[in-house]
Amino acid sequence: MTSALSKTPPAPTPPPGTALLEIDRLSVRLPAGRAARPILDEVSLHVAPGETVGLVGESGSGKSVACRTVLGLLPEGSRAEGQVRVRGRDVLTLDRAALREHRSRRAAMVFQDPRASINPLHRIGEFLTEGLRAAGTPADQAAATAVRLLDAVGIRDPHGALRRRPHEFSGGMLQRVVIAAALAGEPELLVADEPTTALDVTTQAEVIAVLTRLQAERGTGLLFVTHDLELAAAVSDRIYVMYAGRIVETGTTDELFAHPRHPYTAGLLACTPRIDPDAPPPRPIPGRPLSLAEAAPGCGFAARCAFAEDRCSVERPDLRPYGDTLAACLRADEGILS
Amino acid sequence: MTRYLLGRLLGLAAVLLVTSFLVFSAVHLAPGDPVSFLLKGHPATPEARAAIAAQYHLDDPFLVQYLKWLGGALHGDFGRSIQFRQDVTALLGSRLPGTALLIGYAAVLVCVGGVLTGALAALRRGPLDRLVLIGTGVATATPPFVTAIGLVSLFAVQLGWFPGPGSTGTGLAGRLHQLTLPAFALALTLAGLLARVTRSAMLDELAREHVEVARSRGVPERAVIRRHVLRGALGPIVTVGGTTLAGLLVSTSIVETAFNVTGVGQLLVQSVTAKDLPVVQAVTLLIVLGFVLVNLLVDLLAPLIDPRVALAPGDTA
Amino acid sequence: MTAAALTEPTRRPLLRRLRAPGGGPLFTAAVLLLGALVLAAALAPLIAPHDPEALDLRAPLAGSSADHLLGTDQSGRDVLSRLLYGARTGLLGPLLVVGLSTVLGILLGTVAGWRGGWVDTLLSRLLDLVFSVPGLLLAIMFVAVGGPGLTTPVIAMSLAYTPYVGRLVRGLARQEKARPYLESYRVQGWSGWTICLRHLLPNIAPTVLAQSAINFGYALMDLAGLSFLGFGAQPPAADWGAMINEGESALQRGAMLPALAPSVCIVLAVVAFGIVGEGIADRLARRER
Repeated sequence: MTSALSKTPPAPTPPPGTALLEIDRLSVRLPAGRAARPILDEVSLHVAPGETVGLVGESGSGKSVACRTVLGLLPEGSRAEGQVRVRGRDVLTLDRAALREHRSRRAAMVFQDPRASINPLHRIGEFLTEGLRAAGTPADQAAATAVRLLDAVGIRDPHGALRRRPHEFSGGMLQRVVIAAALAGEPELLVADEPTTALDVTTQAEVIAVLTRLQAERGTGLLFVTHDLELAAAVSDRIYVMYAGRIVETGTTDELFAHPRHPYTAGLLACTPRIDPDAPPPRPIPGRPLSLAEAAPGCGFAARCAFAEDRCSVERPDLRPYGDTLAACLRADEGILS
Repeated sequence: MTRYLLGRLLGLAAVLLVTSFLVFSAVHLAPGDPVSFLLKGHPATPEARAAIAAQYHLDDPFLVQYLKWLGGALHGDFGRSIQFRQDVTALLGSRLPGTALLIGYAAVLVCVGGVLTGALAALRRGPLDRLVLIGTGVATATPPFVTAIGLVSLFAVQLGWFPGPGSTGTGLAGRLHQLTLPAFALALTLAGLLARVTRSAMLDELAREHVEVARSRGVPERAVIRRHVLRGALGPIVTVGGTTLAGLLVSTSIVETAFNVTGVGQLLVQSVTAKDLPVVQAVTLLIVLGFVLVNLLVDLLAPLIDPRVALAPGDTA
Repeated sequence: MTAAALTEPTRRPLLRRLRAPGGGPLFTAAVLLLGALVLAAALAPLIAPHDPEALDLRAPLAGSSADHLLGTDQSGRDVLSRLLYGARTGLLGPLLVVGLSTVLGILLGTVAGWRGGWVDTLLSRLLDLVFSVPGLLLAIMFVAVGGPGLTTPVIAMSLAYTPYVGRLVRGLARQEKARPYLESYRVQGWSGWTICLRHLLPNIAPTVLAQSAINFGYALMDLAGLSFLGFGAQPPAADWGAMINEGESALQRGAMLPALAPSVCIVLAVVAFGIVGEGIADRLARRER
């Protein structure tokens, strides 16, 4: 850690005043004894108004924790350092009332499993208006908004749907309801945590279409979290790749696909099956992701990396610019992947 | 709904019918001549024997006897108590208010104390939670008569705050004061049980994603607890609460005996000791009736609490 | 109360989360306590300082002394000796209840689950019926007819506890019967009884054992309640429940020990059985996973 190379470079920041969401060197730690490494380790990312940003990683990479901090939700017993700024205000230091205001008006979240997201004992109408009512909207106005939103996400008979219960809907329809609920407060920023993972493929496409259409119409910023690099590419303008609590590579979608600099990104690309007849068969990344109980002093990916050298497991790579992308790999400029 | 209710009521009637048959047959299962059995401990004059034989229709065939007895029972006629030389129905009538008051008192203690303790433990983790766990663990392992001993020795003998066994209070306030120790003795075991159920049901709910979703939408914490956590935990709480209340009906005989409360439970114990079978039959049927009614009520509440529970006919007992 | 098949022990949530993390020390302490109880019961004639039924009317309700460590009761009998002898009926009763209800429950449950059809319907309804009558009430009815003593309450309680085991075994048997390994024996032409005895029962035995261990503490509590009411062991025999009943009047005269000592014994025994039973169930659950 003392080598000149590991001196922290300037964090990639957007042009001042333009960012909607700025996560700035965010670290989240569990108390000693419950984890050997931080859940998040100096994560920085930003989303501009109306922009769609993908956050990609395997399960356990910390992507869900990262996106939940945008709503001020931290794992139980954890401590956070750094800032999560939405429109310039740090979410992590908001008081109770300001946090409620933030959650009901500024940012909203779509969770992975719609069936788990909606209280099974409540009616759809109760679920949709819950956030609005908490923010002080009168009941009739909230109900009118709910009907308009249900119509916008393509639920037939929105009036009738308000009185129905979650178990009467299919997973895809429920996720549309969840998206409608997330948009109810007209947030500037939407966080979607694996919004289609629990759905089957055809439904996935429909839900993604609804989500991106509404986001484009309303100019909402979208942080799209997924383990599926292809899906992220289809949706996002830019992509961040996470591994073991750190951002390992980021760039525009096209650049990242054309010239991945980090072996992990390359590995993710290689293990995605293609339909193209000339494409090589998918190659899995050997080994398994770093668990919270394991600490890696150097590069977290070194143990699984085909290009790792001795220094990789000792020296910690920082995000540095290479061409149009940023990558955290000691060998990123050696052209190992080409 | 109507069909379901009808099915449940039929099942309930079946349980009562079978129980009544067993209760009635009990007299005849007892070794020896039923008349001398029924007269046990009382002078067996020919008149008394004839009166007993007539009262129990002992000269009829068994099934006819049963049907006649059942017919009487349906009209509230359970015969005469051998021990108290009084109509069983009148005897029950005089004992019922005391027991009802005691059970009501204990039920309030169980529900309020159990749910509050459990909710507190679930919402305030840490030392308080641990204390509640140990406390309720011991409470559920303490039978009512042991609680009675502890309460009497502390509050009646040492501190003198409450009257000891055998005293009678006057007026509602006096009655309640007198019934406080019995009610706590009756309630403790079941309150501990309900507290544990409440705690674990609420912890289950707290871990659910829709709770986090509600928080992420800016719903105030109090509303999250009320609308999501408590609401979701209500199912198990009501189910166990129902069985608990049904349990009170039985344990009351132990507590009434321990505190010498003149109630139905004590009457049952006295009648069993004195072999006063008409009273035993009546009280047993009464308790079973209460038991199945409470269970029916719980089952009817279930779909109101959780709309996913479909009302399926034929699911009796 | 539902027709859903049970495949886990009915765990009244007694002490489920009381165990220290890892389940070690508390479980060990409970086992040690139970071991001590069994020893005390077995060796009562050797270690009891006095004859438990020897009256000493000159010294009723004597406090703790070198001669009477826990004092004497209202008839001047040594409380410690009665406590030690009381452990015999206190443990024997629940042991018989658990043994009988387990055997009966396994028999009925296996037949119902394995045969299916009308046999299953009949036996299940029967178990449900017994389940719908509170055990204590059943025992009181039995005593009303058969008279008090050790036998009648034990028989009644055995019946009352049979549904707990029977419904569990039925669910397990149905679940196991559907598994391929048992099906392959059936296809090979083995008789149902042989398969049940040699393959089914050994596989479900641990789960049933856990249920029985959990039942033990409750049976102890119920039987003690019955003897408190005077329906159990008859005087002058030493019995915890009866001792509490006799000690209650002494309490009003300021003598705590005759009633408190057996109370403590009952609570400790029930807690210990709870911890051991839940411990076994937890271990099983972990192994299944």
